[in-house]
Amino acid sequence: MSATTDTEIVAPRTEAAVGVWRLRWRRFRGHAGGMAALVVLVLLVLFTLAAWPMQHFLGIDPNATDLFARFEPPGPVHWLGTDDAGRDVLVRLMVGGQMSLLVGLLATVIGGVLGLFIGIVAGYFGGRVDAVLMRFTDGMIALPLLPLLIVFGAIDLTKLGFSQDFARSGAAGFWRIIIIIAIVDWTAIARLVRAATLAIKERDYVRSAKASGAGAGYVMASHILPNVATPIIVAFTLTVGRVILLESVLSFLGFGIVPPTPSWGNMLNNAQELVTTAPALAVYPGLLIFITVIAVNFLGDGLQHAFDPRSQR
Amino acid sequence: MAAFILRRVVQTLLVLLVMSFVIYALIGLMPGDPVDMMIAGNPGATPEVVAALRKIYGADQPLMVRYWHWLSDALRGDFGFSRTHSQPVLEVLAPALWQTCQLMIGSFVVSVILSFALGIVAALRPGGWVDGLISLCAFAGISVPVFWLALMMILVFAVELHWFPASGIANVGDGGLRDRLMHLVMPITTLALANTGAFIRYVRASMIEVMRMDHVRTARAKGAGEGRVVLIHAFRNALIPVVTIMALSFGVLFNGALLTETMFAQPGMGKMIYDSIQGNDYNLALVGLLFATLVTLLSNLAADLAYGWLDPRIALA
Repeated sequence: MSATTDTEIVAPRTEAAVGVWRLRWRRFRGHAGGMAALVVLVLLVLFTLAAWPMQHFLGIDPNATDLFARFEPPGPVHWLGTDDAGRDVLVRLMVGGQMSLLVGLLATVIGGVLGLFIGIVAGYFGGRVDAVLMRFTDGMIALPLLPLLIVFGAIDLTKLGFSQDFARSGAAGFWRIIIIIAIVDWTAIARLVRAATLAIKERDYVRSAKASGAGAGYVMASHILPNVATPIIVAFTLTVGRVILLESVLSFLGFGIVPPTPSWGNMLNNAQELVTTAPALAVYPGLLIFITVIAVNFLGDGLQHAFDPRSQR
Repeated sequence: MAAFILRRVVQTLLVLLVMSFVIYALIGLMPGDPVDMMIAGNPGATPEVVAALRKIYGADQPLMVRYWHWLSDALRGDFGFSRTHSQPVLEVLAPALWQTCQLMIGSFVVSVILSFALGIVAALRPGGWVDGLISLCAFAGISVPVFWLALMMILVFAVELHWFPASGIANVGDGGLRDRLMHLVMPITTLALANTGAFIRYVRASMIEVMRMDHVRTARAKGAGEGRVVLIHAFRNALIPVVTIMALSFGVLFNGALLTETMFAQPGMGKMIYDSIQGNDYNLALVGLLFATLVTLLSNLAADLAYGWLDPRIALA
């Protein structure tokens, strides 16, 4: 990160760059909620990764059904019991977690890149380009998100020219949900990046770069992009939380990750019936989503605190 | 002011028009077409018959032509027929709308009251343990999956405790006011809890900012009681950004309503949209989505107007 605070101007450049991040880390460590969230998230990731040893060493297949062993209580073989198709609940929770976290990250990254691009272009060029892009962004924000996502989820991929085989595959379901969430969830980052770009583009070093003949693309990539990174990290974190919620909702409604591949959302597919027969099955996946999202939001809060020198506790 | 309102209304209508085309095109990408649905239960339909039907219903026309037909019919008030309900779309829409209004307005009122109370209390001592507790609850509200919250409400209050009915809007053979209210308690509470989290954070942040302002210090210096300072001097000013954001969040509330209605089997707009997309009821899905867009756009418009009305210092340009 280059010069953004007063101390950096005094100190030599390279040391200052380290100093800012060390300072932020120190501030972050002082934020109890953020630190707790970080620990919880690390544990959650380890939990989902534990699916691999469970599958390979204990030989439990998360998709293997056993209709003679439906709704088994927790025991030595199935530690959390089995679901309505006799599948191991614990391993499905682990694999499902991988899906949910992966979708959360990938959709945020893709949507984030989209928002970053739109925000920088709008802020840098200003004028007509800015007006058009920002009206478009406002329009996106004004849309009823969930109904729209459901329509996107219901789209017949063969009508868009994909092959029948691809449209029915698990990969199509996985990428479809990532793409449709990314398409709608870039607006917050775009607005933030635009605001930051507007402030940065008037700085002297940007002007001097332009005066020395740097093209718009070069200035945006090497002078503006590195400096808008800081404000968007927090927005990025909060987006991950929102995306995980959206994924769970869509998979729950049957428009996301398609069974037999588990995700925390689709494990609740028939939960309405389960609440009477096997309540625990309705509790676990939702509880994990809840814990994950609350941890992500606290992490965002901690990062905000660490990055904003004015924030006081 | 009049010119501003006019311009915003025209803008809203334009966005609605564009969205009607986008939604029409998207609905066209859903599996099958209306003719496929017609012949689905008829194995005797030969390709010739199908082609003839397509021609009669215009399903063989290009997208723009079909959209134009739909639009000109819609402008005359004809939104077509619902396939799954066997009724004109508007007749399906009206009762669903009323149902959703009860849910959304009820939970909006509950969450506004809750968030004002908790947000102000939290802002009195930022960083204190009360603030910490309220902020934790607010985070929980933001982070909970609405459909799962609904599920847990059903599990606890319907299955275990038998306090409230788990689904529907009235018991068969009853339908009195008390019965209907009992059926609304859980959906309204669920939706309100999910919304209150975000609202508390807005109220708290806005109040903390205002409490630092000079006029609050002046009021204290002149000897005004703390209650008067908080409620009259600070709260009034904190209200402006909060009301705007709350009005803007009506669209988010609609997302929640879709889930709550689906979970509690309430025949409202949200459930109608969901069912119509699941059942390939194109006409109904189209109008439902368009209506949802309209509601969101209108709430944005209301937010803009409320901003100017609450704070005369802001010139609406």
